[in-house]
Amino acid sequence: MINWFKYSAPSTFYPLAGKLIPVFWTLTAILGVVGLYISFFVAPTDAQQGEGYRIIFIHVPASWMSMFIYCVMAFWSLLGLTFNTRLSGMMTSALAPTGALFAFLSLWTGALWGKPMWGAWWVWDARLTSELILFFLYLGYMALHAAIDDPRRADRAGALLSLVGVVNVPIIYFSVKWWNTLHQGASVSLTKSPSMASTMLWGMLIMALAFWAYTLAVALMRARTIMLEREANTEWVKHLPDVKETA
Amino acid sequence: MQWTNASEFFAMGGYGLYVWCSFGVCFAAMMAEPLLVRHRRKQAIRQIQQSNDA
Repeated sequence: MINWFKYSAPSTFYPLAGKLIPVFWTLTAILGVVGLYISFFVAPTDAQQGEGYRIIFIHVPASWMSMFIYCVMAFWSLLGLTFNTRLSGMMTSALAPTGALFAFLSLWTGALWGKPMWGAWWVWDARLTSELILFFLYLGYMALHAAIDDPRRADRAGALLSLVGVVNVPIIYFSVKWWNTLHQGASVSLTKSPSMASTMLWGMLIMALAFWAYTLAVALMRARTIMLEREANTEWVKHLPDVKETA
Repeated sequence: MQWTNASEFFAMGGYGLYVWCSFGVCFAAMMAEPLLVRHRRKQAIRQIQQSNDA
């Protein structure tokens, strides 16, 4: 069995993450190129929305990632509050800006899709409003974390916020079922067969995988940077080859 | 493939503005974020080196 606690020490996690980052960047590039190719050259024109629907290939993956990253943050927060490990807080704060970016992209691409199809950039619909709240939760987490000087206390306060805020994620997900919304229902669900052409579905899934790989790569990069900042005075950081090479 | 030439591709059936603003901003953001992180990493390393020298 793998000793997971071993990897919760920044000194062992740092080199492991360093090996994984190039792997995830390569995956991001390959999946991104294939996904974009399908999005623009393989997927057929939509019968109702013409070519405008192609925004779906980034809108849906970005929205999925924005919700998923928040769940991962809540998971790390729970671990952090339970086991009091340093790594959990570092991972949570490494993920927050990327989650905020995807929440923003979800809203941005949604506005650009809503304007030609609904005639409005924005409506106070349940799906849109709850996604906007998710964006503010990310910003709130980052602001709260930055406002507290002691990083360990900032981690605990942030962990509490992300655990309370996670209640918003199922609200976003089920909003199109619970309320009568302008936003269309789920294109892909676990219980029904997807309501779209299979090439469209494949394009969306591959783009989602590309976003996954991107998130892992950039979050691990940020986690490593946070480790350098917070553990600057420790022996393992002072003897890192990264620090010595560029000297 | 549904495009016969490049201008048709860029017009996106009249939705060009919406489609390219979506994909363009997404691409730009996903290029900028790793660069910002790299900058932050370099700053952190420089700070450690300075305190090592001191």
